Amino acid sequence: MRCAVIKFAGTSGDGDCYHICKNILGQPTEYVFHKKTFAPQDFDLIILPGGASHGDYLRPGALAARSKVMNSILDAAKAQKCILGIGNGFQILLEAGLLPGAVLINKNLKFHCDDVFFRVENSDTPFTGLYKKGEVIRLNLACKYGNYYADSETIEQLKTKNKIILTYCDENGNPIKEANPVGSLENIAGIINSEGNILGLMPHPERCAEEILGNTDGLRIFKSILQYVEGGKVRGR
Amino acid sequence: MAGREEAKKLGLTDVEYDEILKVLGREPNYLELNLYSVMWSEHCSYKNSKPVLKRFPTQGPQVLQGPGENAGIVDIGDNLAVAMKVESHNHPSAIEPYQGAATGAGGMIRDIFTMGARPIALLNSLRFGSLDNKRAKFLFEGAVAGIGDYGNAMGIPTVGGEVYFDDSYKENPLVNAMCVGIIRHDKIVRGKAAGVGNSVMVVGAATGRDGMHGASFASGELSDDNQDQGSPMQVGDPFKEKQLMEACLELLQKEWVVGVQDMGAAGVVSSTCETAARAGNGIELDVALVHQREKDMKPHEIMISESQERMLVIVEKGHEDDVKRIFEKWDLEAVKIGTVTDDGMLRILENGKLVGEVPAVSLAEGAPAVKRESKRPAYMDELNIDLSKIPVPADLNKILAQLLDLPNIASKAMVYRQFDQTSGTDTVVKPGSNAAVLRIKGTKKGIAISIDGYGYYCYLDPYEGGKQVVAEAARNLVVSGAKPLALTDGLNFGNPEKPEVFYQFEKCVEGISEACRHLDIPVISGNVSFYNEGKDSAVYPTPIIGMVGALDDVNKYCTMKFKKEGDVVVLLGENTDELGGSVYLKEILDVVAGPAPRLDIDLEKRIQTCCLKAIELGLVSSAHDINQGGLAVALAESCIASNLGFVGEIETDLRPDTLLFGEGQSRIILSLPEENLSVLNKLAEEIGVQVSVLGFVKSGSLKILVKQKEQVIGIIDTPVESITEIWNNAIKWRVEK
Repeated sequence: MRCAVIKFAGTSGDGDCYHICKNILGQPTEYVFHKKTFAPQDFDLIILPGGASHGDYLRPGALAARSKVMNSILDAAKAQKCILGIGNGFQILLEAGLLPGAVLINKNLKFHCDDVFFRVENSDTPFTGLYKKGEVIRLNLACKYGNYYADSETIEQLKTKNKIILTYCDENGNPIKEANPVGSLENIAGIINSEGNILGLMPHPERCAEEILGNTDGLRIFKSILQYVEGGKVRGR
Repeated sequence: MAGREEAKKLGLTDVEYDEILKVLGREPNYLELNLYSVMWSEHCSYKNSKPVLKRFPTQGPQVLQGPGENAGIVDIGDNLAVAMKVESHNHPSAIEPYQGAATGAGGMIRDIFTMGARPIALLNSLRFGSLDNKRAKFLFEGAVAGIGDYGNAMGIPTVGGEVYFDDSYKENPLVNAMCVGIIRHDKIVRGKAAGVGNSVMVVGAATGRDGMHGASFASGELSDDNQDQGSPMQVGDPFKEKQLMEACLELLQKEWVVGVQDMGAAGVVSSTCETAARAGNGIELDVALVHQREKDMKPHEIMISESQERMLVIVEKGHEDDVKRIFEKWDLEAVKIGTVTDDGMLRILENGKLVGEVPAVSLAEGAPAVKRESKRPAYMDELNIDLSKIPVPADLNKILAQLLDLPNIASKAMVYRQFDQTSGTDTVVKPGSNAAVLRIKGTKKGIAISIDGYGYYCYLDPYEGGKQVVAEAARNLVVSGAKPLALTDGLNFGNPEKPEVFYQFEKCVEGISEACRHLDIPVISGNVSFYNEGKDSAVYPTPIIGMVGALDDVNKYCTMKFKKEGDVVVLLGENTDELGGSVYLKEILDVVAGPAPRLDIDLEKRIQTCCLKAIELGLVSSAHDINQGGLAVALAESCIASNLGFVGEIETDLRPDTLLFGEGQSRIILSLPEENLSVLNKLAEEIGVQVSVLGFVKSGSLKILVKQKEQVIGIIDTPVESITEIWNNAIKWRVEK
């Protein structure tokens, strides 16, 4: 699997994603600087990492979504390449219109960093094939603008078409309000596009993928993509 | 020309003005006088503190860079090193806590990447007035958000810190930030303007009028007058700093880079004269070449502005365009403003016309040292009272609950959840344990980092308090499984012109030095902040110690939480008859009284050696040092962290409250599988450390029976669930009230 990690101006999570793809998965991985372009066939997985591109100025992701490299990402999206946006990368995908909706500032107006519980709502995607539907996992959340919002029509569509991938829940899998530290609608923490090749996630699976860091629940996101790409379109169970 | 009256207005004394006349052999002009006024401020010159700071041990085979550079650097083996520094941003944070704290973090981060090191961790140490006070609450929330947003946007994890509330900090909060970076030995860059003819460049943000005389502002007491001045404040731009960091780290790989210096306090003037002085050279520059973001800036304004996110870079002649290309990639400007000369002068031109000329070394190092008067404060004797008259409370459970409800003891999660703790994917032990532990990718190694300071002990007894803070910082590393290597200090004191304040400063430094020598931990960088005064009195004397230690195998790290039911819980060290200086006395019984706990530094060293060895041998499940709140609070913390409980009987000849809540030093609680106990006992005997069994890990409750001659004289018995609830919410409840 050939992986690209995009370096937007001010992005800080690029090194973390590179480390997972290159050193943990052992896949050929390259950084792509935001002033550069690439062709859709150059990569199988394109990661838009987290971490305050452009200092979150204006709106998180708004300025990065206008970067030169976005043209290549749009082409790759059309070519059905796997695109994963994490944290700020998710926000960039929203701002670029590749995913529906928007994010607001967290309900308590504060940055929130903690390991929290999520329920996997759909395991029939290139990104979640190695999880079970309904499985409760723990991932690291670190954001100030994680409060997902969309109009009711969009929310309805996401729900009926099974495009909500992760929701905040308690340790037993109940999607209660108290388990949602950001205040997002329907406890949404991750959504996929209608074609199923673009995933946006608020939590950071790349930070929970090694034993020494005390949590490996996030690794299966990357392994799922690897299996999907290498295994030739085999989707989850 | 500018005379003596003008000099006084700028804060220079008669002695200093005379010295300037002597150095120049003439009267200075207004620009030159401004340069001296900022460079000879306490903040830049350390004129009050230098003679005292000489007492610090700063040498050791592990030291690659000691004090005097942008940051200290210590060897961690395998050609790797750690750069570290603590710095305060107290006065700006007293006025505008968000920007004050943010720019404090920003300056710290620049000091680290200036050395060529990539910043991998931030820590902070914060002091505010009690949360009952509205302004204290405002300062607290603002500073936490500011320091958080800056570090978070930079993508540097905040891995540890401490927060303390006391009304001595009500008007003058303390905001100290620490940054740690990692670097290969052969990539260390220093702030030297070497090589005559080389080019001097300003890179990064454009210069404006913000932060004028910020250094001088930090070198006086806060008053209502200067609270109205907007001008000494700086505003942070973490996005620009991130770009600047990446550009600099790319630049510093090049062999034609000669020197780099952060433009912090006193901007262009401090960075040029300090780099020139270190190399024994001079610099000639033209202020008109500095890129500016405001119109009609005067030469002195350009020279002393403290606009953020700027650096001075000295490169070999002919490589100016190479610098520009790198900075262009990161959307930043880089301009050549001058040249390195051989005459030792800082020569300032404006559009080619000479406007000022002074010896660089006189600006950087020539401030006349001030010998301050020192006097033992009278209050120190008044605070030593007979504590035996205080009655033993009947309900010890209640006391424990009250202690855990104190913001100074309760969980600080409400604070550190606002910090990104995990970016960089190296954080092995997150905030909330004894020290942070980070792995070093590509090696088996790890580092542990602690930051500690306890002004109250230093207030009661500056010498013992100084010793204690070093011991505690080291203990926090040791219980995490790391061997302490070096420290950086942030010394926060009141007005040094007051003999009592200067006494506190001298004695604290003496205590710190003593502990450093015995524990073999050199001081490699630091910062002094004086003039921290409230309306009526100085803040508690508050030295903050940031310390780094190394783990050869990061997998062997240890935390404070109990791991397994049935593990035996033991005490390394001895419970002592010391109630003075305890949180229990001060905050529950409202008795501000010493003496502060004594520290036997040789015993401390043995305890630490024994604990580290036990962890390295894999004997131990958990380790936690006893600190504020005493033995009972330490046990409670290990219970809360693990959601396991403890049951034990302790035989003692002490009062039960002294045993449970006294803060005698050099004590560590270990939990371990019972089969490892005999090995631990043998190890402790060899080293000369006492081990006593306290009880066992058992789920459900925290239960301690205190016995004297077989009689039960005190009981703690409380469900872990209920103390967890109190401890988790104490700060949140007060902030939301």
